[in-house]
Amino acid sequence: MNIVLNEELSQISLLFVSAAMGFLSVALLLFAFQLAKLKDDPTETRFEKVGFWVLGVATLVLAVGVFLRGIAANRVPWANMYEFAISSALMILTIYLMSLKVKGIGSVATFVTGFTLVTLFAAVSLFYVEVKTIMPALQSYWLVIHVVVAIMAVGFFAIAAGFHIFYLIKDAGWGGVIMSRMPDLKQLERIAYRFNMVGFVSWSFTLIAGAIWAERAWHRYWGWDTKEVWTFIIWVVYAGYLHAMATRGWSGRRAAWLGLIGFGAVIFNFVIVNLFFKGLHVYSGL
Amino acid sequence: MALAAVPGSVYPQRSADPNGVRLYFSQQPELAAVLDSLQLFDVYTSVWFSAIYILLFVSLVGCVIPRTKVHYNALRAKPVKTPELLTRMPVHQIGSKRVSLEAAREVLKQRGFRVAVQGNSVSAEKGYLKETGNLVFHYSLLAVLIAVGVGGGFSYSGQRVLVEGETFVNNLASYDAFSPGPLFFEEELQPYSLTLNKFNVLYDLQNPANLGQPIDFIAEVTVSTTQETSEGIVRVNHPLPVPGANVYLTGNGFAPVITVRDGEGNVAYTGPVVYLPQDGNMTSIGVIKVPDANPEQIGMISFFYPTVTELESGAYTSIYPDPIDPLLTFNVYTGDLGLDSGIPRNVYALDVSDMELVAGRDAPNPALELRIGESAALPNGLGTVSFDGLLRFASLDVAFNPGGIWVLIFSFIALFAVVISLSVVRRRVWVRIGDERIEYAGLARGDDEQLEQIVTEIKEEIEGRSA
Ligand code: HEM
Repeated sequence: MNIVLNEELSQISLLFVSAAMGFLSVALLLFAFQLAKLKDDPTETRFEKVGFWVLGVATLVLAVGVFLRGIAANRVPWANMYEFAISSALMILTIYLMSLKVKGIGSVATFVTGFTLVTLFAAVSLFYVEVKTIMPALQSYWLVIHVVVAIMAVGFFAIAAGFHIFYLIKDAGWGGVIMSRMPDLKQLERIAYRFNMVGFVSWSFTLIAGAIWAERAWHRYWGWDTKEVWTFIIWVVYAGYLHAMATRGWSGRRAAWLGLIGFGAVIFNFVIVNLFFKGLHVYSGL
Repeated sequence: MALAAVPGSVYPQRSADPNGVRLYFSQQPELAAVLDSLQLFDVYTSVWFSAIYILLFVSLVGCVIPRTKVHYNALRAKPVKTPELLTRMPVHQIGSKRVSLEAAREVLKQRGFRVAVQGNSVSAEKGYLKETGNLVFHYSLLAVLIAVGVGGGFSYSGQRVLVEGETFVNNLASYDAFSPGPLFFEEELQPYSLTLNKFNVLYDLQNPANLGQPIDFIAEVTVSTTQETSEGIVRVNHPLPVPGANVYLTGNGFAPVITVRDGEGNVAYTGPVVYLPQDGNMTSIGVIKVPDANPEQIGMISFFYPTVTELESGAYTSIYPDPIDPLLTFNVYTGDLGLDSGIPRNVYALDVSDMELVAGRDAPNPALELRIGESAALPNGLGTVSFDGLLRFASLDVAFNPGGIWVLIFSFIALFAVVISLSVVRRRVWVRIGDERIEYAGLARGDDEQLEQIVTEIKEEIEGRSA
């Protein structure tokens, strides 16, 4: 078997990722201006429009970066923490840009842009590793399926989390005029619900695919490995969220908190579990 | 349930990380004892976790059964009676022209509604599939829980270390370790034998950053049943089906072939010895016990370095996992191996409490060093030891869990059902043809952005048909 790694190409990929961070920063500024402008004139959308164009460019540049990383490593670019982070950022942006038709989606532009910027920053400064092959236990097409869907779920959950945050801010009466120009509470809640719903289904699939893969690689479909435990916890929290939304009197603030707890667990699962816990899944590469 | 699972990821678990548990006990014995009494090292088999599991099961049953009855009745019942005050409904529109009841009924029917004509009104409902999906989802969760429980009961898994050339016969005595489920019975083990012919391990030799990373492990085996003999390959991620189970490759290492002659020149031990790898470059430790040696029993703790190099401190280490420049070293003990006391001993550990170190660091004689084909004299006329060849061993897991496939099937049903349940919207629509005005009204379970538009569409369609 002949695998050729190309660290130089990976450095070029890193340049693209960094450039994407530059564009994201510009987009973030534009969206912030837009928010400030909302105060004086609710119909003004010039900043937002330019912001979305810049965001689109950032996404394209990032896509090139992720793609080159894959070429450099001669495999899918999501086998360690760095790669998982940049792929997740790309997925969040892609899902977000593809959802622009959803009414009121623009209101979380600052959150989505900021969040991906922080993710990329962490990836580049903390998680970067040279390209390596992956250990045989991870060489499986289930890696592709399981992780792609996991990243997708994370993308949907992330956008929903943005709506939860704005919901809670607005609900608490903070943010004054700016928040009053945002979509109303009902609408924020509904959009969050939509994204969480898709996220939940994807996450369920991730769980199942993970179990199939575990059965192939480690002879058991479920072994309460740390990562499996947290995947399960996240699934239960979001199931709880769906129940909350279906139960009258439980939606609203409590559901928003549940959604945020769920997303907190997703981030925890990624960062803390990978870095500090023991388990078969630990793949940070650090 | 989610909360209950957390400690299992915080504390090391015996099932997943036995060494971690041992470490915990040696570092904080008191705390460990307390944690252990709360079963925090065996969270997922603990009494309290099982209790939660059963509680979950019971609550699921408790939720699902009454709702099934309600839904069954709803499916058989006609759509609800048209409310008196349609103006109270979230969507309410006034028709602009006269239409017939029949037209309203037909349009709603065509749109997949269940329809009932009640006096001067039509009552229609759609989206029963939402509740059906929901129920199927919850039943599937129940089925998954059952399949996990029952499957786990009949399951077994056994581990066996097999050196190249060795054959394993499938019976309980052949396993190094065996963990059956509570319902396992020995007849589940079907007769076959499995020989490890050759075990290839491929490392990356090309890419500097990646040097020595394993690329693939390939165990070539022969499986013989009573009827036939066939060749097969076990790789990581690619288990091999054998009668009644799957064989998985879970570990690898070296098994140097060693011969020990005692002080009288008799062969006291010969054969491959399994050395347990200690690091990524396969520095390995093996234990050789020679109880039949005369005049004294011999025990050796041996290190194997596939590609040896000397550190500044004078100690050896391995810098590459393939045997490019292999070296064996031996620390030699004599005395009582403690094998006669009847207490089962770990073959990978040497109890040196009743033994004397005669060669090794801090011993009268230096540690023995051997390369392939060499032999050396043991000190004090104890005999000789020779390094005759190098084989690899594979750790194989044989596992069977009949629940797995059912868990999978019901998980997918659950997934499918939840998608249906979440995507179908349940709506009610009424059309009342009153004397003064014609009313259209709609109501949805949960919020429904499109309700207004759908009622409008229905209105226009009915009016179009009546024209
Ligand atoms: C303990 C008793 C339970 C009750 C009374 C119950 C009840 C319900 C109800 C009424 C819904 C309908 C939501 C709607 O109409 O949109 C629902 C949905 C759901 N339930 Fe449960 N449930 C129970 C247990 C569970 C458990 C243990 C789980 C898994 C952790 C679970 C997962 C879900 C999910 C994911 C949904 C959303 C999907 C859907 O609407 O079908 N449920 N449940």
